[in-house]
Amino acid sequence: MYEEVGTTTEGDLVINVGPQHPATHGVLHLVITLNGETIKKVEPHLGYIHRSIEKMCESLTYRQFIYVTSRMDYLSSHINNHACALCVEKGLQVEIPPRAQVIRILMDELTRIASHELWWGAMAMDLGAFTPFFHAFRERESINDIMEETCGARLTMNYMVPGGVMQDIHPNFQKRVKDFLVQYKKKIREYDELVTGNIIFQNRMKGIGYLSPEDAISYGCTGPTARGSGVSSDIRKIYPYEIYDKLEFDEVLETAGDSFARYMVRIREMQQSIRIIEQLIDNIPEGDFQAKTKAVLKLPKGEFYTRVETARGELGVYIVSEGGTTPYRIKFRSPGFSNLSVLDHIARGSKIGDLVAMMGTLDLVIPDIDR
Amino acid sequence: MTNEELKIKITELLPEATFDESGEWITVNMEPQSWLSFARQLRSDDTLFFDYLFCLTCIDWKTHLTMVYHLSSTRYRHNMVVKTKLDRNKPEIETVSHIWRTAEFHEREVYEMFGVNFLNHPDLRLLILPDGWEGKNPLRKDFEDPINMIRL
Repeated sequence: MYEEVGTTTEGDLVINVGPQHPATHGVLHLVITLNGETIKKVEPHLGYIHRSIEKMCESLTYRQFIYVTSRMDYLSSHINNHACALCVEKGLQVEIPPRAQVIRILMDELTRIASHELWWGAMAMDLGAFTPFFHAFRERESINDIMEETCGARLTMNYMVPGGVMQDIHPNFQKRVKDFLVQYKKKIREYDELVTGNIIFQNRMKGIGYLSPEDAISYGCTGPTARGSGVSSDIRKIYPYEIYDKLEFDEVLETAGDSFARYMVRIREMQQSIRIIEQLIDNIPEGDFQAKTKAVLKLPKGEFYTRVETARGELGVYIVSEGGTTPYRIKFRSPGFSNLSVLDHIARGSKIGDLVAMMGTLDLVIPDIDR
Repeated sequence: MTNEELKIKITELLPEATFDESGEWITVNMEPQSWLSFARQLRSDDTLFFDYLFCLTCIDWKTHLTMVYHLSSTRYRHNMVVKTKLDRNKPEIETVSHIWRTAEFHEREVYEMFGVNFLNHPDLRLLILPDGWEGKNPLRKDFEDPINMIRL
């Protein structure tokens, strides 16, 4: 099967990383052509966890299909649900009660912190530091506990439905989030002391996997991957949804374009998420948590597209409706798919040992790529 | 640019294009033959500057296939949708992977899922489906798999 690697010449070594490999965080298969230690080509082979979610959704109703989308990017499941709910609401032209909007944003930002936590721990582990993984999971666990109380789930939340959220927040929610923030603000300083300032860590990240702003746009990179190259791509700022335009937070940009810049974007983004949560947690408006919608939802004939910012970048939901109770065609533009496509470009010419640092800072979630 | 300004500008570039303004963004319908030169103009024109292809997909309408390109400009923040009809029995269109590099992976996905042949694509192989996959394209409407049931 290796004849298909076009550039292979005599003396080149072709190695397989994955499908089962700890550094790929899932079932991703990379065929890497090496000349000595230098990477000549990286070819991703996908599909080991392809479930054809797009086809499945064609036979599910607008209330049902949201549950499948939690399984795409399982670390941002709230935000996936949010995107789908927004798209259906756009078709139905429903007004969402203010309480639901605020709850949704709180959940999104908690998810973003949890997702970046997991990335931080896993990436440090890829680079050989085992302790950060435990620190990260301790914090992530607190968020999962808060989620569990309100949503009843820890990973696949399925909490956001067309019209609002499924049920009201748990009475403990506000208190527990505030307690968490007090703890977390201390901990986030610990991260910098433990990892960010570490000279070995910095040497392994700085100047590795350079991505220019033009390439980042051309390859469709979004989220922290693009923002590490100085490309402004935060959907919350550019095309605000819900009440993001009324909130105070900064779009985090770094200009170096290397792995360390992408790392710093995510670390600083967690602090911005804290800012957003602090603005909202004491100001959850009273009222309904769900707008009144019909039992059977029917979208008018037409096309609807929504874009939201997940922890990995821009998620697009494209629904083509023929006026029935199920979508005619649905397309998920997943951020991971585009971010992965840049791996070959940034890895060429670097050493094989640096590949893990590059993959780590792209923050790949395989079910999100395969769908 | 607003939708109206885009419409005037696109009419200058491509007089035979038709427009659909029912959606959020302006939709341009066009013939597949002129897609490559039109795409180059969209990318290079200084007032349009569509440098970001944020979604590329295909829809099977049973009688024909429709390619859908969602374009955005990171400089001007305007968006546009381009649609073109393809023959269902012999779908062919020029690749745009050298204009927007993200199209390379997205076109490979559409190639295996819908069977659209992208002319001059640098590496048109299966991406998600397993090696040696033969037969029908899974996202077409007439695809049925009795063993791995996808429909409920």
